[in-house]
Amino acid sequence: MILHPAIIALLVSSGMISFLALYADYYGILIIRKWDLRSGSGNQLELERRTYLISTILAYVFGFQLFSLFLYVYTADSLCPLFTGAMCAVGTLKVNRYGFPVLLLKLANFILAGFWLIMNYADNRGYDYPLIRIKYAFLALLTPFIVTEAVLQTLYFLGLHPDIITSCCGSLFSGTGSGVTSSLSSFPPSPMKVIFFVTLVMAIGMSALFSRTGRGAYFHGLVSAVLLPVALASLLSFVGPYIYELPTHHCPFCMLQKEYGYVGYPLYLTLLSGTVSGMGVGILMPFKKRASLVDVVPALQKKLALFSFICYILFTIIVLYRIFTSNLVL
Amino acid sequence: MMMLELKNIRKVFNQGKSYELVAVDGVSVSLEARKVTVLKGPSGSGKTTLLSLAGCMARPTSGRIFLGDRELSSLPERFLTEIRRTHFGFIFQQFNLIKGISALENVMLPAYPLGGTHIALKKHAEELLELFGIGRRASSKAEWLSGGEAQRTAIARALVNDPAVIIADEPTAQLDTKLSREFMDIVSRLKEQQKTIIIASHDPLVYEASMIDRVISMRDGKIEEVES
Amino acid sequence: MHTWIEKQRNIIDFTLSSLSRRKGKNIALLLVYTLLVFLLASVMFFTYALKREAALTLRDAPEIVVQRMAQGRHEPIPRKYLEVLKKIKGVNSVRGRLWGYYFDSVIGANYTIMAPEDFPYAEGDITIGSGVSRARLVDQDDTIPLHTYDGTSIPFHVREVFSSESELVSSDLLLVSEADYRKLFGTSKDLFTDITLKVRNAKEISTVAEKIVMLLPDTRPITKREILRTYESIFDWRSGIMVAILTGAVLAFIIVSWDKASGLSVDEKKEIGILKAVGWEISDILLMKFWEGAVISLSSFLTGILLAYVHVFFTPAILFKPVLKGWSVLYPEFRLVPFIDPYQIATLFFLTVVPYTVATIVPSWHAAIIDPDSVMRS
Repeated sequence: MILHPAIIALLVSSGMISFLALYADYYGILIIRKWDLRSGSGNQLELERRTYLISTILAYVFGFQLFSLFLYVYTADSLCPLFTGAMCAVGTLKVNRYGFPVLLLKLANFILAGFWLIMNYADNRGYDYPLIRIKYAFLALLTPFIVTEAVLQTLYFLGLHPDIITSCCGSLFSGTGSGVTSSLSSFPPSPMKVIFFVTLVMAIGMSALFSRTGRGAYFHGLVSAVLLPVALASLLSFVGPYIYELPTHHCPFCMLQKEYGYVGYPLYLTLLSGTVSGMGVGILMPFKKRASLVDVVPALQKKLALFSFICYILFTIIVLYRIFTSNLVL
Repeated sequence: MMMLELKNIRKVFNQGKSYELVAVDGVSVSLEARKVTVLKGPSGSGKTTLLSLAGCMARPTSGRIFLGDRELSSLPERFLTEIRRTHFGFIFQQFNLIKGISALENVMLPAYPLGGTHIALKKHAEELLELFGIGRRASSKAEWLSGGEAQRTAIARALVNDPAVIIADEPTAQLDTKLSREFMDIVSRLKEQQKTIIIASHDPLVYEASMIDRVISMRDGKIEEVES
Repeated sequence: MHTWIEKQRNIIDFTLSSLSRRKGKNIALLLVYTLLVFLLASVMFFTYALKREAALTLRDAPEIVVQRMAQGRHEPIPRKYLEVLKKIKGVNSVRGRLWGYYFDSVIGANYTIMAPEDFPYAEGDITIGSGVSRARLVDQDDTIPLHTYDGTSIPFHVREVFSSESELVSSDLLLVSEADYRKLFGTSKDLFTDITLKVRNAKEISTVAEKIVMLLPDTRPITKREILRTYESIFDWRSGIMVAILTGAVLAFIIVSWDKASGLSVDEKKEIGILKAVGWEISDILLMKFWEGAVISLSSFLTGILLAYVHVFFTPAILFKPVLKGWSVLYPEFRLVPFIDPYQIATLFFLTVVPYTVATIVPSWHAAIIDPDSVMRS
């Protein structure tokens, strides 16, 4: 294995996050089994206090997960000189079969943890902890993902040997070749642009509509859920080339580098934050009817919708700015 | 105005262990608003525990507590604390001011989590200290206050969120006769301001004072007698 | 929103006053924390700056170096190979190089000796690196004798000592004329140490390398990229070892943090009890603990980084020299060009602030659930 400080940092923090998740899970299961709000017994009080601990832990997990997502990509990027054929993060990630799955898992865990936090926030505002069991059942489902991610990440780094020859984004994200990424990259830009902007406008519209009138929650959540893959595909298909000013350069990671003004960071951050909060609005809907949440859920949904609205607007501005100031015309 | 009702309250500490303690055993009582009630009894009678239950500082092991028609006993801590913050002010036996910070800061503390602007809060706290005649000691550190000054600071602190109910636990235990009388004067003033006051004390100066509306005697966690 | 900000403000206010009231306990923690950040940051800054220097140095290096192999080892390469190489399509310039290692028995050091094409001085002259100058106590215009392969001694006249700016590459360097070189090592006129090629188009380097192996099977072409990679590996490996060793320090740090956070004094417990009694809820105490951690982390992190920066770039990393440079008798004195990027900061954050935060989560929570009841009874 390569003894690179960043790798050690990632392994250490993933290990810790997994440990925290398992710890939280243990108490979560206890809570599911023994929770009884009416009872004033010592055990119940103890459980109520534990929920504070678990919420705190998961809030941190969420934050660290986001950082580690970016650090992972950055590490892959900086390790690329060590592998023949690698020009950027993509090459490093392709060295063995764990690289990309780990990335996808990190992304998924970030989104799922975000949902959990939204649910948790709603639950805490209800005077009888209405979602307590669902919340912890969800946590129990989330934990295997987190642990798997840590394990796969370790396997990935263990399998990084500098003499393996790998391929670069040029071949993975090129128009030729088979595979999902190639098809996405070779998708003709014009229809992609249409799909992208239509979805984006709908997302912005829905979030605005919802934050003013409180209607259309499910649709808002749905549009956000659709926007995420559409936006990612668009970044590959045409936004990337505009940023790189090269019609054949479709890499999603190169835009995180200094030479492109680190523009990838605000793009991904606004996209992820916006879609997670947007989807969160939809996720809360089933719980609106609960007695203690009748006031809480709509208020929370409005805040989330407003937040996603702001994120989408920012995202749009950045994308449009890069397209219009680019020297490329597609 | 809201009445505080306790129905069949039981509080057990260290439940299930060999050193289990039943502090309050099946107490039912209604505490009227805008009146001064005194809980009388020897130490260990459960009056301090009853105070903390009534003041939303602890949850009963069994039984129900109502504030008006709102049930408090099964509220999670977050909500309980919110109610306590806005409806109850506590004066502790040992005053329990935080050492190392000024009297003014001590008074402001209960309002910090509520998020009012610092400046407005400071002004309000200063006014309260003035009200009790210790305005000039506002910036003195808590450990340098005299017994009477510390108590007045504790009272000011209890009033900072303008609560409807004041709860005091053995307020005169650390004071001499003169200061004890002054304390009871303050109690009168608070009663005039429509506040509900609940005091736990075994000091005759307290439970025999003229403005007391009701005295509840306790022993071994149960109520013995009630006199008005 | 406004209330939220004010609430944070109020709580931070109290946190700061609370920290300053317990200076003793917190100073010890701050010192340890800062020390850890300092050590890790020094290692990282140092290796990154070195890597960068190496990369910059290699920028003008030839794209391919061709070496002849015999019995698995590097041997001098015949002059006639130059003609073969010149004919390969895409090759810009082909030059023979003369360089080797000179063992100085006087002090037991190895110098790198080279005969550059454009040696500015005459036969009998030499330019030396400042490391050599210091080790052998010779300066400009002095004479330094070198021994030839057959035992005779040639006095060389020192015409120049390389400036300290280039120390990293030139410290142990000796430059002589081609004729002198061949005299010293007995290398015949139709042999070079190796051959360098410049390739016009970077994409064609590997194709050219393949052709070379086909045309001259007893040679091995080394590309610039491979050299860079090797450097990177070595630096990473060395810094990785340091970090791995320091992991022990990180673990100790975690334990200390946990301990400090859990070991609440009676006073502290009382204080939290009072806060809970006057209306602070669990999440407010947790918030306070969060800000406590944030203040401590931030101060230690920034101080540690600042100190490391000064340590590595202004007082060239005195503490690390032996481990990171390797066993060399000659040690270059040099100034590294300051270089940090957000990536290093992020890694440091993960190695220090994250473990600290994790170690203090549970103790903070234990503090936050202190029963206000206990205050009533004391």
